[in-house]
Amino acid sequence: MAPRDTAEPRSVGAVKPQTLHFSEPLKFKSGAVLDQYDLVYETYGSLNAAKSNAVLVCHALNAAHHVAGYYADAPDNVGWWDNMIGPGKPLDTEKFFVVGVNNVGGCFGSTGPKSTNSATGRPYGSSFPVVTVEDWVNAQARLADRLGIESFAAVMGGSLGAMQALQWTISYPDRIRNSVVVAAAPKLSAQNIAFNEVARQAITTDPDFHGGDYYGHGVVPRRGLRLARMIGHITYLSDDAMMEKFGRALRSDSIKFHFDVDFEIESYLRYQGDKFSEYFDANTYLLITRALDYFDPAAAHGDDLSKAFATAKARFLVVSFTSDWRFAPPRSREIVKALLDNRRDVSYAEIDAPHGHDAFLLDDARYHALVRAYFGGVFASL
Amino acid sequence: MTGHEQGALSERSDFQAIAAWVKPDSTVLDLGCGDGVLLRYLRQTRNARGYGIDIDDANVLACVKNGVNVIQSDLERGLAGFDAGSFDCVILSQTLQAVRRTEEIVLDMLRVGREAIVSFPNFGRWDLRLQLALGGRMPVSRELPYQWYNTPNVHLFTIADFESFCAGHGIRVLERIILHHGRRVTTLVNIFGSLAVYRIQKSR
Repeated sequence: MAPRDTAEPRSVGAVKPQTLHFSEPLKFKSGAVLDQYDLVYETYGSLNAAKSNAVLVCHALNAAHHVAGYYADAPDNVGWWDNMIGPGKPLDTEKFFVVGVNNVGGCFGSTGPKSTNSATGRPYGSSFPVVTVEDWVNAQARLADRLGIESFAAVMGGSLGAMQALQWTISYPDRIRNSVVVAAAPKLSAQNIAFNEVARQAITTDPDFHGGDYYGHGVVPRRGLRLARMIGHITYLSDDAMMEKFGRALRSDSIKFHFDVDFEIESYLRYQGDKFSEYFDANTYLLITRALDYFDPAAAHGDDLSKAFATAKARFLVVSFTSDWRFAPPRSREIVKALLDNRRDVSYAEIDAPHGHDAFLLDDARYHALVRAYFGGVFASL
Repeated sequence: MTGHEQGALSERSDFQAIAAWVKPDSTVLDLGCGDGVLLRYLRQTRNARGYGIDIDDANVLACVKNGVNVIQSDLERGLAGFDAGSFDCVILSQTLQAVRRTEEIVLDMLRVGREAIVSFPNFGRWDLRLQLALGGRMPVSRELPYQWYNTPNVHLFTIADFESFCAGHGIRVLERIILHHGRRVTTLVNIFGSLAVYRIQKSR
């Protein structure tokens, strides 16, 4: 296989994940305590002498620290936001020091349910505490401490990642100068939670789930995870995008009067589900969907989102996509309204893109031009 | 929308008039803000904290490039997301002639802003009158550079029309400046003025 360097000149190239061990306990919002933990992260570009050019990129549900570039021994394993981040890309690694981190509770190397609990010698499994966006942000702040980053030039994310970018401005107002919030919501709607609940039920009712302690049984609740992913995937795409991509196309010449795959969309969802169930941990899926459900910065302020941002100091770029029905543009406008109420610097763009929620991951010229322009301003003010 | 696309700061003779009326350190909402140069000018000259509203993708991008806060939104959908009296000043600079829901937008401006500044091209200027009356053709001028078939301007009106509108809608005119090619016009303004700038307020 040809190296990515030649195929994609604007790639950060081959990257290596790194691990830091943290021995000071991390207290969760629930009151639970993680005595010690590892965080796996990647960095691209270089930290300047003033240590002022660091940008944290937060992941959403099914991604992790591998944000950009590829692995030398797995050149096809390209970072999940590689179209956004790299030399000369909208978030330019020739200007910024970019950090991607797998959150606590994850399943890609940072301490999570499938990690061994040193106290018991067995995987945490069902005993891993329920983690919140606030907890993740606290862990990320500790990573920043260790990397010598006093304040981030920007924290950026899409979807659940955007919630972390928002939470940073509330939890650490003096440690974030810009918050780039893409395809976000200030909290989940009942419908959003309902979809998450169906996904969780698919996992927890799988006979291979074993109450979350399936590791010892040599099985994983693959069927449940597969279903969860299929449900999730439907919510990431717009009706139009799905129709455009698959329509009612059949796998064969005609319908077969059976319940196996007839339509291309069925085949696609099954493929996505199968693929996902092979690499993702079911307990992590439960944790992350719960973190989504619980995210609600206004809750501590009498449901007044404006009050939640009263202490925020960052500048904001908020971006939504017209066809995103999971976190539709009005959800972003709620955030913008709250920021306006506090007279925060905020720009808001509503990108007319057909792809649904997943648009935040795609290479749309207007969207990328906007992010590029915004980071141009961030760089100018370093 | 239309106004701010038409060129550099020097060509926008209403900017200085607007800046003179914006109090230092005030909060400003600029409707149809274009590329954001007015807001940038108000920040530089008046230390105003401003936000622009524009629907056009290219304008939103230009504002971000200019380091100006911009909210992508359709003016025609009104200012429903903005609380009453939440801004010191709401500006509509050379855009009123290009909106469809003229009446609603002016009244909404006066709800959201403690006062408002409106500037518009005067369709009553003598040369425009002559183009139509004697030439029999729809007028074209520096302020109104479009042909009838490609103009974004859907509501053309005169200084007299605007003042009559204000009187009929309980709107108080606090100040006005009438300009032609950047120079102030003080006599027979509806005949000699090409650009009108008004500072208005809801009558109490």
